[in-house]
Amino acid sequence: MAHLLVVGAKSDLGRELARLFAAEGYSLYLAARNSGELAEECEHLRIRYGVQAVARELDILEYGAHAGFYESLEPKPDGVICAAGYLGDNVKAMEDFREAKRIMDTNYTGPVSILNICAADFRKRASGFIIGISSVAGERGKQSNNIYGSAKAGFSAYLSGLRNSLCKSGVRVITVKPGYMDTRMTRGMKFPPILTAQPEDAARDIVRAWKKGRDVVYTKWIWKFIMVVIIHIPEKIFKKINF
Amino acid sequence: MDTVPVTRTRPTQGGLKKLANWGNYPVIEALEESFASATELKGMLAGAHGTTRVIARGNGRCYGDSSLAGMVVSTLRHGRFLSFTESSGELACQSGVMLKEILDTFVPRGWFLSVTPGTKFITVGGAIASDVHGKNHHADGSFSRYVASMQLMLASGEVVLCSRETNCELFEATCGGMGLTGVILSATIRLRRIATAFIRQETAKARNLAEIMELFEKSATWSYSVAWIDCLSQSGQGGRSILFRGEHASPHEAGGASPLRIPPRHTINLPFFLPAAMLNGFTVRAFNAAYYACATKGAATAIVDYDAFFYPLDGILHWNRIYGRNGFVQYQFVLPKASAAKGLAEILRKISSGGQGSFLAVLKLLGKGENLISFPMEGYTMALDFPVTKKLFPLLEELDKMVIEYGGRLYLAKDSRMGAATFNAGYPNAPEFRRLRGRLDPAGIFGSLQSARLGI
Ligand SMILES: Cc1cc2nc3c(=O)[nH]c(=O)nc-3n(C[C@H](O)[C@H](O)[C@H](O)COP(=O)(O)OP(=O)(O)OC[C@H]3O[C@@H](n4cnc5c(N)ncnc54)[C@H](O)[C@@H]3O)c2cc1C
Ligand SMILES: NC(=O)c1ccc[n+]([C@@H]2O[C@H](COP(=O)([O-])OP(=O)(O)OC[C@H]3O[C@@H](n4cnc5c(N)ncnc54)[C@H](OP(=O)(O)O)[C@@H]3O)[C@@H](O)[C@H]2O)c1
Repeated sequence: MAHLLVVGAKSDLGRELARLFAAEGYSLYLAARNSGELAEECEHLRIRYGVQAVARELDILEYGAHAGFYESLEPKPDGVICAAGYLGDNVKAMEDFREAKRIMDTNYTGPVSILNICAADFRKRASGFIIGISSVAGERGKQSNNIYGSAKAGFSAYLSGLRNSLCKSGVRVITVKPGYMDTRMTRGMKFPPILTAQPEDAARDIVRAWKKGRDVVYTKWIWKFIMVVIIHIPEKIFKKINF
Repeated sequence: MDTVPVTRTRPTQGGLKKLANWGNYPVIEALEESFASATELKGMLAGAHGTTRVIARGNGRCYGDSSLAGMVVSTLRHGRFLSFTESSGELACQSGVMLKEILDTFVPRGWFLSVTPGTKFITVGGAIASDVHGKNHHADGSFSRYVASMQLMLASGEVVLCSRETNCELFEATCGGMGLTGVILSATIRLRRIATAFIRQETAKARNLAEIMELFEKSATWSYSVAWIDCLSQSGQGGRSILFRGEHASPHEAGGASPLRIPPRHTINLPFFLPAAMLNGFTVRAFNAAYYACATKGAATAIVDYDAFFYPLDGILHWNRIYGRNGFVQYQFVLPKASAAKGLAEILRKISSGGQGSFLAVLKLLGKGENLISFPMEGYTMALDFPVTKKLFPLLEELDKMVIEYGGRLYLAKDSRMGAATFNAGYPNAPEFRRLRGRLDPAGIFGSLQSARLGI
C-alpha cells in the first residue's frame, strides 16, 4: 500500500489534499504541530476511505528534529506534500525582524529542511513525488507582502531546481501556485469570488495535475494568465502601482 | 477519484453573502459563518447574541426560508465520520456529512440509508431537522426513527445528548424542529443491510385518482412506493398517474460479479437560469405527456441502480434553474387518509383550472406521524412545483384553506409563504413547541425567516 506524508496537514488545503489522496488509496501520515487535534480527521479518513491514517508531531521550524521525524516513519512515504505556510503581518515584519524571520522560515527554510530529507530518500529509492505548495505571490514582489512573497519566490526556485536534479532519478516534483484561496489563512479578507478557489477545488486541481504529470500548476487556472500579465508590466510602472 | 461533481452549497469563511435555498425564493443577504468545532460554534452564538437571529444551514436543499436568517451557520465544514460499528450498522457522524458521502462509503460495504429523501445532496443535520421521509414511509417511518442519539448545542452554548431515552422531549422537538431548538453537532444513525445496490422496480399505470390510491393500498407490502401524477391532464376524471414501487434486489436479480457497485453516473449541469417564459402551460403539458409515454413504454419490471431509483433528479445538477431567476415554490401538503380522496380531487381541479403549470407532481402514501412538529401523518402527501408569479400566491392561499379544511398540513421544509394561521391549524402541537422554545432559548438566539413568519 502506498503512503503519503502531508506536512501542514491541519491546513485547509492539506486536509482536502489528504482526503483526495486517501480516495486514491494512499495511507496517510498527517504531520502538524499539536497533532493531537488530528485524531478525528484520522478516524474520518479510516472510515471514509478504508485507508490507514496516523497523526505525527512536526514543527516545521524545529529543523533539528526533522531527520529524526523522517527516520521514525515506517514504512517510508511514497510521496510528500508540503502545505505548511505562514502569511504573517507584512507591516510588522518590516519593523520587527522576528516576524520577518518567522515568515521566511515557515515558508522557505522549514520546507527546504524537511523536503531535503525526503528528496534524499526518494533519490536513493529512485521513486516518489514531492508536491510543494508555493504561491503566485512569489512571482513578483509587491509592497503588501514582500516578505511572504520573497520566501515563496525562494521556495518556487528551490522546487524548480529540485525537479531538475531529481528528474533523472524518476522522482517527480510539482510546484503549486495558488492565487487566492478561501482558507483560514485569508479569513476575513475580501477577494473577488471568480479569482478565489475553495480549498477543495484547489485540491482537485492539484490532484488532476499530479495525474497528468504536470510540473507546475496554478489554481485557479486563470492565475497563470494573470501572472503573465503581471510579470510583464514594466518595472517603471509596476513600482508605482499601489498593491 | 470522484468524477461526479458534488453539488455543494459551499460556505465561504465568513462575510455577507447572497443566499437562497433550492427554490431560489426568497433570496436574502445574510452573514454566513462556518464552524469546524463545537468551540468555534459556541463563540459564534455568543457573538451573535442580541444582534441578529441565528439558524443552522446544511446544504440548502429545503425549498424556502427554513435555513435563512440574519446569520446563517453552515455545517458543511463539520462533516466527518466519527465511528462505525459493523455489527449494528451504527454510524456516528458530524451533522454536515452529506447523504451522498454515506452512500459512497457504505453501499460498497453492503449498507444503505434506512430512510432517504429524493436527493442525496442533503446533510444528516438537515435530514433530522426536517425529519425527512422517503418512499418507504408507510412501512418504515421517517429519518428520526433511525437516529439512535444526537449531540445538540443549545442557545446557551451547552451541548446535550438526546435520544428517545435521554432528554426525550428535546429529541422529539428537534426531529422535525427545523433547527429551532439548537444546532445538531453530531448524530448516530442506523444503516440497513443490503445485498445489492440495485432495486427491482415495477411500474403500474392508473387512469385517475381513485385507481392510483387503490394501487397504493395494494402495494402496502412493498418497501418503496411513489407515484408521479399529471395534474394538468383532464382525461378520465383527472389524475392520470404512474406508480413506481421497488424492493431491494437480490444478488441473483442484480446479476453481475459485484452487485454492490454501480456504474458511475453521467450528470448534466444546467449552467444558467432559463428564462421564465419558457415554462408555460404548453411546455409543461408537453413534458408531462412525453414523460408519461416514456415511462410506460418500457418494461413494467426493471432492475435499476439505487441512484436511478431514489435520486432521478440528482442526475441534472441545478435543475432548479429551469424555473428561471424568480424561483419557484414547491407546495407539499398531506391529507389524512379518510378525507384524501375527496380533498385531492378538489385540489387538483382547482390547480388545473388555475392553469398554473406544475412539472412534478408527486404522490405518496405516508404512515403514522411521530415527534412534536414533524410533517408526516397517516394519509396522502402531494408535492407540486410552481414558478413564482404574481398570480401564484392567491392560488396557494386558496389551496391552504382547502388543505386545512380537509384536516391536513403543509411541509415546513418546502414552505416559503404560508401564514401563521395555516401553520397553527395544521400542527396541533404548535403551542407546546412554542413553550419549549421559550424555555430553551429565552433570548431568542435561534430563529429563521420562516419561524418569524410563523411566530414559532
Ligand atoms: C430534489 C429534492 C428532493 C427532495 N425530496 C424530499 C423527500 O423525498 N422527502 C423529504 O422529506 N424531503 C425532501 N426534500 C427536502 C430536503 O430533504 C429537506 O429540506 C432537508 O432538510 C434538506 O437538508 P439540507 O442539509 O439541505 O438542510 P437545509 O436545507 O440547509 O436546512 C433545512 C432545515 O434543517 C435545519 N438544519 C440543517 N442542519 C442543521 C443542524 N446541523 N442542526 C439543526 N438544524 C439544522 C435548517 O435550520 C433548516 O430548518 C427534497 C429536496 C430536494 C431539493
Ligand atoms: N490561502 C491563500 O490565499 C493562499 C494563497 C497562496 C498560497 N497559499 C499557501 O497554501 C498553503 C496552505 O495554506 P492554507 O491556505 O490552507 O492556510 P492555513 O489553513 O492557514 O494553513 C497553513 C498551515 O501551516 C501550518 N504551519 C504554520 N506554521 C507551522 C509550523 N511552524 N510547523 C508546522 N506547521 C505550521 C499551520 O499549522 P497550524 O494549524 O498548527 O497553525 C497551518 O495548518 C500554505 O503554504 C500557503 O502559504 C495560500
